[in-house]
Amino acid sequence: MAVIKTRDLTYTYPGATKASIKDVSITIEKGEFVVLTGPSGCGKTTLCRCFNGLIPLFYGGKLEGEVVVAGCKVVEHSIYELARHVGLVFQNPENQLFALSVEKDVAFGLENLAVSRDEMRKRVDWALQITGIEDLSERSPHELSGGQQQRVAIACVLAMQPDVMILDEPTSFLDPVGAQKIFEVINELNKELGITVILVEHRLDLASKYANHVIVMDEGKVVLDGEPRGVFNSEKARLIGVGVPKATRLYQILGENGIRLGRVPVTSEEAASLLREVLKRD
Amino acid sequence: MIEVKDLCFTYPTGVEALKGITLTIDDGEFLAIMGQNGAGKTTLVKHFNGLLKPTKGEVVVDGVTTGEVSVAQLARKVGFVFQNPDHQLFCETVEEEVAFALRNFGFEENAIKKRVDWALNLLDITQYRQTSPFMLSGGERKRVALASVLAWDPQVVILDEPTIGQDHQQKEKLRQFIVQLNAQKKTVIVVTHDVEFVAECNPRVVLMTEGKILAEGPAEEILTNQKLVAQASIVPPQITQIFLGLSDFGLPTNVIDVHEARRILLDILEGAS
Amino acid sequence: MSMFEGFRFRRVSSVIHRLDPRVKFFFVCVLFVTAILFSKLPPLILLFFVPLPFVLAAGVQREWIRSMRGALFFAVIIFLFNFVFTYFSTQYPQLPSASLLERSLAMTLRFLVLVESFSVFFLTTSPDHLGLALEQSHVPYEFCFAFTTAVRFVPVLADEAQTIMDAQKARGLELERGNFLKRVRNYIPILIPLIVGAIRRSLELAEAMESRAWGASEKRTNLYVLKLKNADYLLAFGSVLMLIFAVYVWRYVPVPTLITLLRL
Ligand SMILES: Nc1ncnc2c1ncn2[C@@H]1O[C@H](COP(=O)(O)OP(=O)(O)OP(=O)(O)O)[C@@H](O)[C@H]1O
Ligand SMILES: Nc1ncnc2c1ncn2[C@@H]1O[C@H](COP(=O)(O)OP(=O)(O)OP(=O)(O)O)[C@@H](O)[C@H]1O
Ligand SMILES: [Mg+2]
Ligand SMILES: [Mg+2]
Repeated sequence: MAVIKTRDLTYTYPGATKASIKDVSITIEKGEFVVLTGPSGCGKTTLCRCFNGLIPLFYGGKLEGEVVVAGCKVVEHSIYELARHVGLVFQNPENQLFALSVEKDVAFGLENLAVSRDEMRKRVDWALQITGIEDLSERSPHELSGGQQQRVAIACVLAMQPDVMILDEPTSFLDPVGAQKIFEVINELNKELGITVILVEHRLDLASKYANHVIVMDEGKVVLDGEPRGVFNSEKARLIGVGVPKATRLYQILGENGIRLGRVPVTSEEAASLLREVLKRD
Repeated sequence: MIEVKDLCFTYPTGVEALKGITLTIDDGEFLAIMGQNGAGKTTLVKHFNGLLKPTKGEVVVDGVTTGEVSVAQLARKVGFVFQNPDHQLFCETVEEEVAFALRNFGFEENAIKKRVDWALNLLDITQYRQTSPFMLSGGERKRVALASVLAWDPQVVILDEPTIGQDHQQKEKLRQFIVQLNAQKKTVIVVTHDVEFVAECNPRVVLMTEGKILAEGPAEEILTNQKLVAQASIVPPQITQIFLGLSDFGLPTNVIDVHEARRILLDILEGAS
Repeated sequence: MSMFEGFRFRRVSSVIHRLDPRVKFFFVCVLFVTAILFSKLPPLILLFFVPLPFVLAAGVQREWIRSMRGALFFAVIIFLFNFVFTYFSTQYPQLPSASLLERSLAMTLRFLVLVESFSVFFLTTSPDHLGLALEQSHVPYEFCFAFTTAVRFVPVLADEAQTIMDAQKARGLELERGNFLKRVRNYIPILIPLIVGAIRRSLELAEAMESRAWGASEKRTNLYVLKLKNADYLLAFGSVLMLIFAVYVWRYVPVPTLITLLRL
């Protein structure tokens, strides 16, 4: 079942001369882990804003085509109605946290939705526990490291129990281990709670092992859309300059030199085991 | 040459950010400083152009102790490009932005014009000369910030987190650019935790953790040492991970580059068949 | 930076910190009113000692002393002003009398009591507690939100200002160069990025708020409710008693000056 479906979506920011996304038609199934990538300025963030109604309600501008999220036509609903279905986590954690304690921040959305206090307590504790930050509940955001802040931002969205969670470059300020921990949390939400995840990311080496659907955009258009191996291995991805995982790159380079591995690897483990077979054969 | 001798630094808030750093950076070197968030990387490089003065120990740049001269004097020699270009862009046009530092350093109008031309050309932003920097994309703003520093031709260039939010192509351009600077005998110091970027550049690496230097050496040696890398909260490059997974085949484990990897694998496979 | 240190509330917990901010505020108001009622030195001296147990119980002596030291400068000015002004308007050319000295001291002490009681309140009430108290005193939510966000972002902006200053210094900007006009102009490269940054930040903030169902319902609920506990009732009761007592003394008991007390 599709949770997000767009048809010929085209959007122009107010005052802009050129459309920022053009004729985007994609379908995202329930429970998928989608990685959305593409060169800087290609419209990834813009597309994400269409999924929760920030576009067109908050930004204005001209939207053509159709977006349906969790059965709701986006243009017919307010942002707060959509917020129950779609959670958006942004790049800079600092600007998403505005309360003076972690708990209060996580509760913010629920307070807005007028959830009863008992229910709220339960959901806040649940969200803190899943993101592994129970012990930080009383701290204020400026006492937290970047990684901790980003977990709080995820918990804030998670507490509203959305069907879809969109994360726009959530780890760019974090060191690799911190980033990996965040990806693990996201992966758990996807695999265990069945939340559909859309992850916008440039650093594919770290993120792509979790994905089962990759969308590549370029200049406002969707140019590749499908299963990771196929996308990463395509000639087009290389031409656009997508930073495909090094494991896939190695596969391609070896292929050019006449060494074929069994299938296209995305992670280092896969590449290692495929190479292992080849090395054993000789 | 930059010599750091037993440098300690404590912020006024009481955070001990550096706890005894000793390091020598030679002229014309290409150095990457890596380590986890909050390890003190930014704090360390801010000492190189005198923005911060040691609490204990000293930093000597080309024979001058940083404590004894002003930031403006040191900045002539040591250019510092901050992580976020929005922290420095303020002029109405890109041209003005690039000329700003040159005016501060008291260059002649004629020289300023020449250098602005040169820097805009170098970073491929001549077409935006009369544009407001605020109208440009993130990647372009970053290049303007870079141009505004390179314009005065400093001997040492420090780049704090140059790859954040950049796509693969921009990173590749940046890499080529650094190589070019390095070829002109400039010292380039990059602060980053982008392992794949460092693996592609192959500089000397300094690993930091909790205000101390954990290890230093060539990238191939440092990034392939699983224990060190884990201590600094980074992950080995993917190619290294692959080779670590194949160590029982007698393959070397200090590989970080795809092309190096190809060469080794081809040697073995073709040698065997 | 030290200018902003006051905003960096340290999270300490004590009996005093846990008191309901509304009751604490009431107590401070009672102190305030009492200090205004009396203009003689002895009751003001007594009054000065009333908040001290609170300071000690909250463990904020150091911060308290710092804030009192800050007030000392103004206290001296108030003293001199009172003394000189009253002297020239009433007694000149005689020598200043002891009662004049006492009256000026009393005025100064009254000021110190006011500062003291407010500093105890702000030193022991976390901003989020305060915001909560505002919310539950039926202050419009937008206002409370603005208050907490401001507290949240003051240190962030202060850090950002520092970074921008560093970035411009690294490009050879010297703030302390030139005449007055030039010096003011030197701040332009710092102000513009700071303002642009603040605007961008507030946009991002608005976006994040919208995404979390801002404005979804007329009646927001709240994770916390402030509930009066025994200690709160005790303080409220004590404050009321103190107020009644103060008003009674002020109305019916002739308060002696320090000089008459010393003569006895
Ligand atoms: N608020 C806005 N108003 C006008 N134009 C905008 C706005 N935000 C983005 N744009 C433009 O829309 C295009 C797509 O931008 P978008 O931010 O979606 O790119 P992106 O793929 O997220 O890039 P990045 O990887 O750098 O985050 C760009 O050309 C950009 O200049
Ligand atoms: N202006 C400041 N005032 C007080 N403490 C600071 C300041 N700047 C940094 N610190 C603290 O000093 C320590 C080192 O910070 P620094 O910014 O040098 O780390 P970093 O290695 O650059 O981290 P990152 O990878 O996150 O940029 C941290 O604990 C940080 O909280
Ligand atoms: Mg974006
Ligand atoms: Mg840093």
